[in-house]
Amino acid sequence: MKLSALQQSYLGRRSNSFRSSGPLDSSSDGAFKSPAAVFWLVLHGLSCLISLLLGFRFSRLVFLLLSTSSTYTSPFHSPTELAKTLDIRSVIPADPVGNVPLPFPNKTATNSRVVVGRHGIRIRPWPHPNPVEVMKAHRIIERVQTEQRLQFGVKDPRKIIVVTPTYVRTFQSLHLTGVMHSLMLVPYDLVWIVVEAGGVSNETASLIAKSGLRIIHVGFSQRMPNSWDERHKLETKMRLRGLRIVREKILDGIVIFSDDSNMHSMELFDEIQNAKWFGAVSVGILANSANIDETVVEKRGEEENPRMPVQGPACNVSNMLAGWHTFNTLPFAGKSAVYIDDRATVLPRKLEWSGFVLNSRLLWKDGDKPEWMKDIDTLDGDIESPLDLVKDPSVVEPLGSCGRRVLLWWLRVEARADSKFPPRWIIDPPLEVTVPSKRTPWPDTPPELPSHKKPVIGIQEPIIKHTTKTRTSRSKRRSKRKHDETRTDRRTTGFDKTLQN
Amino acid sequence: MRKWFWGFLFIAFGFVCSIAAERNPRTERISGSAGDVLEDDPVGRLKVYVYELPSKYNKKILQKDPRCLSHMFAAEIYMHRFLLSSPVRTLNPEEADWFYTPIYATCDLTPTGLPLPFKSPRMVRSAIQLISSSWPYWNRTEGADHFFVVPHDFGACFHYQEEKAIERGILPILQRATLVQTFGQRNHVCLNEGSITIPPYAPPQKMQARQIPLDTPRSIFVYFRGLFYDVNNDPEGGYYARGARAAVWENFKNNPLFDISTEHPTTYYEDMQRAIFCLCPLGWAPWSPRLVEAVVFGCIPVIIADDIVLPFADAIPWEEIGVFVAEEDVPKLDTILTSIPPEVILRKQRLLANPSMKRAMLFPQPALPGDAFHQILNGLARKLPHQKSIYLKPGEKILNWTAGPVGDLKPW
Repeated sequence: MKLSALQQSYLGRRSNSFRSSGPLDSSSDGAFKSPAAVFWLVLHGLSCLISLLLGFRFSRLVFLLLSTSSTYTSPFHSPTELAKTLDIRSVIPADPVGNVPLPFPNKTATNSRVVVGRHGIRIRPWPHPNPVEVMKAHRIIERVQTEQRLQFGVKDPRKIIVVTPTYVRTFQSLHLTGVMHSLMLVPYDLVWIVVEAGGVSNETASLIAKSGLRIIHVGFSQRMPNSWDERHKLETKMRLRGLRIVREKILDGIVIFSDDSNMHSMELFDEIQNAKWFGAVSVGILANSANIDETVVEKRGEEENPRMPVQGPACNVSNMLAGWHTFNTLPFAGKSAVYIDDRATVLPRKLEWSGFVLNSRLLWKDGDKPEWMKDIDTLDGDIESPLDLVKDPSVVEPLGSCGRRVLLWWLRVEARADSKFPPRWIIDPPLEVTVPSKRTPWPDTPPELPSHKKPVIGIQEPIIKHTTKTRTSRSKRRSKRKHDETRTDRRTTGFDKTLQN
Repeated sequence: MRKWFWGFLFIAFGFVCSIAAERNPRTERISGSAGDVLEDDPVGRLKVYVYELPSKYNKKILQKDPRCLSHMFAAEIYMHRFLLSSPVRTLNPEEADWFYTPIYATCDLTPTGLPLPFKSPRMVRSAIQLISSSWPYWNRTEGADHFFVVPHDFGACFHYQEEKAIERGILPILQRATLVQTFGQRNHVCLNEGSITIPPYAPPQKMQARQIPLDTPRSIFVYFRGLFYDVNNDPEGGYYARGARAAVWENFKNNPLFDISTEHPTTYYEDMQRAIFCLCPLGWAPWSPRLVEAVVFGCIPVIIADDIVLPFADAIPWEEIGVFVAEEDVPKLDTILTSIPPEVILRKQRLLANPSMKRAMLFPQPALPGDAFHQILNGLARKLPHQKSIYLKPGEKILNWTAGPVGDLKPW
């Protein structure tokens, strides 16, 4: 603090008087130049010299032992305390000598336990924090933060009901782990409805069981098809299935659709608490834009406003819902992915489901709900977009400061349809060796590398290219084998050495 | 029929009560040993007469050094300004209950900005000689109905070193007057019975300008910034803060729950708002502006100063708001703080969140209702009516005008 710095330099000013203060000062103050005082002066000087030799001030020790000066009012400490300096790290018994009853004719007797003068610095022998206490402190911090959230955060937070369609595939672990961790961080009550295509499987169940959340895991009889169009349709049906569960169990809260490939921000969950009946947020669209036609992009850019990779509500000046902003798919026209295995861009739908939230009461059979909500039992066919759930799209509430804040991101990354992965990502039996460790005579192994049997995740073509490259380099090396032999020996020995180190 | 009427009245009353409670659900009313007095209005309960002293006692001193307006002893200047324009001021000394002497005794500053107390006793003495000769009110009671603002390190002992201050004691001619001071320690020579302890001056605008959103989570457990060893005056430690600050450092410098250091961060105020506990240990004197800062920023003050008397101790229940740790218990500070139940901590935070608590610690310009100026007046009003025994018979003298060190008797 600035003030403490000031204090520091201020006291620097008084260091002159301070160093010589103490009994000397008090005894020389006033008109007390008695021979006794002179004697004390001399004795003090002597003890100062001795202190220089010994290394600590023991003049006060001497004074205490000999007598107490009648002019000096401050009581002294016990000699044990005085003898201890910083170097001696021990617990000092805490009883300074107080309440010295000295006769003071002109001062009121001070019954203070607090003594002026030098005190020991108390240091406990075991300096490390007690782990139980550290945990208590963390619990206190959590409790204080919960209270802060209650007071200054969202008032009366409602339960969040998350509907996620999923199915077992290579990328499922990646996606579901992301969603799961986001949901575990949500500070509100949560129910997670996981609808799985192809029926309930142990794979998904074991993955989501690690979350500790309240989960309703249901299966959907159809399997996931291979074309994106079909997939979107099936996912819509799965979401409706999830909504039917909300209706059956009469869950009360806010329903949000979290596709397992999306990424959510924590502010999303705070923002959706503001939804009254049917809200919409802006979704960032991260379409993999490889292979789009660059010239087309530039031309468009000159004519219209720059495209934003965002889908969501658009407001007019008075912050009322004026329309919808959707992701411009024209640059991708004709080049989007149709099947899972296509290398082209995967495009989102016009309006993604994940950008909409609804009050669960809209789904209940009875109860007071606005008349613009369609009954979900009557919708069995294809629903193109979530706006088909309502009769009048203008009732949708724009959230996230009228769609200006993007609170979640859409991304679709999937592996090939035939890609394999170890069940539950546990490797059993052990994998084949791709790079042998030391002592395997490397140049003598046959040219075929056992890399084909490696579990391939993702696209296989680059892997094949890689193996051909090594094959050619190896063949080159084989011709120079004789020269290399000594070199490799040295290399392996060097390798050994590093391993031993 | 009548039963229903009373039932309805009862329900309506309960409804109104609950609404009133809803408006302030997260703060609690503060009532100290003097009762629920923080929001009392002193206007009409007392009258203060302000002596007209020559400007060499106040204005000229301030002109010589305007730094006096912003250091932590500035309360004496702002109190004078407040009283000049306050409704409690009276121009008729006959009807006054209290008499105020506007003298800026801490305004003799070193080049680095700290007050030198050496001339203060002579200044005060000369002022009192002036008022006792020009007005009859001093001699009437020998100062028992006069009050002085002495915000020095050790109050009216007028010295910055504790040993010298104890030795001097309170200035003999001020023994009967009421002293309004920042220093407070029980059973200490420099604190008279009946003195009013006030907080040190902290600039209110600076603190209000650095507020962060209230929903920023408090993530620091214990926070402190300041010296642990005063290397200029006490390098080995043991004198400064009676070894308490050094003990805090040695015991907790490696403890991750304790955010303590000697740095001067620019985010000091912001960090305090993110901390749950703020240490307020003694330094060379037991009081410090840290207490004011902790209260304003909602950080629970941990007071490590034996026998300290905190500001407005009869109006504010400090035991319920802060945590008191004895200096000998400093090595167990982490045990003490973690063993406080969370409900108690939340209650303390609610008490601190009470706006009247924060207002009572500040000296805003212009004065606001419930601020420290009004608390001082409340304290003075609580001491009324004066006992008959303070009025001396004509010719009677109690104070010894020649007591004290010889240097004090010289004219100023």
